[in-house]
Amino acid sequence: MGQSVSVTLPVGVVAPPLSVASTAVLGAASGLSAKMKLDRMSVYYGAFLAVAEVSLPVYAHQITAIIGPSGCGKSTLLRALNRMNDLISRARLTGKIWLDGEDIYAPQVDVVDIRRRVGMVFQRPNPFPKSIYDNVAYGPRLYDRIPKSELDEMVERSLRRAALWDEVKDKLKESGLALSGGQQQRLCIARAIAVEPEVILMDEPCSALDPVATLKIEELMQELETDYTIVIVTHNMQQAARVSDYTAMMMMRPDRAGQVIEFDVTAKIFTRPGDKRTEDYVTGRFG
Amino acid sequence: MSTPAARRWTGAAARERKRRLVNILMLGLTGLATLLALVPLAWILAEVVARGSSALSVEFLTQTFKPTSLGGGGIWHAIVGTAILVGLASLLAVPVGILAAFYVVAHPNSAMGLAVRFGTDVLSGLPSIVVGLFIYTVLVIERGYSAWAGSLALAILMLPVVVRTTEEMLKLTPQSLREASLGLGAPEWKTTFSVMLPAALTGVVTGLMLAVARVSGETAPLLFTALGSNNLSVALDKPMASLPLTLFKYAVDPSKTRNAQAWAIALVIIVLVLALNVGARLIAMWRSRMMR
Repeated sequence: MGQSVSVTLPVGVVAPPLSVASTAVLGAASGLSAKMKLDRMSVYYGAFLAVAEVSLPVYAHQITAIIGPSGCGKSTLLRALNRMNDLISRARLTGKIWLDGEDIYAPQVDVVDIRRRVGMVFQRPNPFPKSIYDNVAYGPRLYDRIPKSELDEMVERSLRRAALWDEVKDKLKESGLALSGGQQQRLCIARAIAVEPEVILMDEPCSALDPVATLKIEELMQELETDYTIVIVTHNMQQAARVSDYTAMMMMRPDRAGQVIEFDVTAKIFTRPGDKRTEDYVTGRFG
Repeated sequence: MSTPAARRWTGAAARERKRRLVNILMLGLTGLATLLALVPLAWILAEVVARGSSALSVEFLTQTFKPTSLGGGGIWHAIVGTAILVGLASLLAVPVGILAAFYVVAHPNSAMGLAVRFGTDVLSGLPSIVVGLFIYTVLVIERGYSAWAGSLALAILMLPVVVRTTEEMLKLTPQSLREASLGLGAPEWKTTFSVMLPAALTGVVTGLMLAVARVSGETAPLLFTALGSNNLSVALDKPMASLPLTLFKYAVDPSKTRNAQAWAIALVIIVLVLALNVGARLIAMWRSRMMR
């Protein structure tokens, strides 16, 4: 152990990306396989380079945290992973993102299929103005005509998995909006896992929640890790340290493009970071 | 004998007096304008109620046309006619308008989207009699007066209102809901139908009711399309009575009975439109409470 490789990139110059070789070494050291792989991925908004040349592995059944100061492109990076950036008409992507060896931006790929496999939980809980049941059943109903009994089962399983079942089992017909913020966020997680995705992206899922609700979501994430691969963007360093296995540290270059300056095992990032800027950031000396 | 500081002070007092005076003046002007805007409304309402209520009765609402020598009868045929004409127009305009609004919201900057938006702007500014003339020329001259033609004219008038209100309401639905649905792998059309439309529904319904209220009082486009009739008719290929048309006919009739009935019809139309407006307001209020 302790043999993992930290890769540090200089600022201000066109960064040599994390080479595929080095990420392979990193994964091999811990015996993990990469569920997703980013290869020199850049995202532009019009002419503006928002995220520059990111190369990262996303290991299967691990929680990968993306941390860094505001505006450094964390959300943009996350939303590239299930092509949510497609909704912004001026957004453009170069480089490659692989999901189980499939290029998700290849022209023949169906974006609907990608989003089914790579689900998303958003910063603010955003349940549909429908009943709790219909919120969870929304995803499964999209793909198939499912018999009522089977659907009931799916809804219960998803709500149990999201640790919400006991709180809502008697009011499944009530509006999802009537729940508390933390419950709403767990409902959104239940809704996401009801379609049985392979990867779940979480964009600051606790930033609108109180500490108790936050703790619940964090426990939930660790539970879900056994079945899913999770990528989380967070502003909360303690949260990244508590829940994640791997951490990517992002920072803005002088030209305002976001860049991953360090990627490593979370324990290493928070105790012996390889980059001075990471150290300054995680110890609170900056940012 | 005053110091510069004191002079500044007296200057300030004078400025303040002037400011207060201007304030009072402006308040008076705006208040007067508000009053002036209310006068016609109040006057019309008072006049219509005063003159219309005498001829209004249950028989007036439930009987059909009779000659004045037999008491003049009622306006049941016109009520039915208006319901059919407006109902049919809604049936034509609402689905087309809502689907067009979906398209415009999904592709706001496409050539078609811009064309629809420009088209609805122009269409909503079109005088209603021009629409009537258009239908008369392309339909009525060959096939004769009919309820169909009247409904079509009303539908054309409703269309821009339906498109614009639906578009505005869809645009008001939170982007986060759209993202949530698309993030689950829902296609765009499914997202619009099962998430955005329900969220916008009360707003859309409010808009539709206002559109219905708007065309319920339209006379000009019906004059040479549905023509009007003295008979209770549900045949869509025949001329059909309507409240505004009957009002017009009775108002210019030499008979005093007919004139009184015209005022009563005016009262009925106003109550109808008012009911639709109040209904729309209630739905809007209910909606804003539901959203909290």
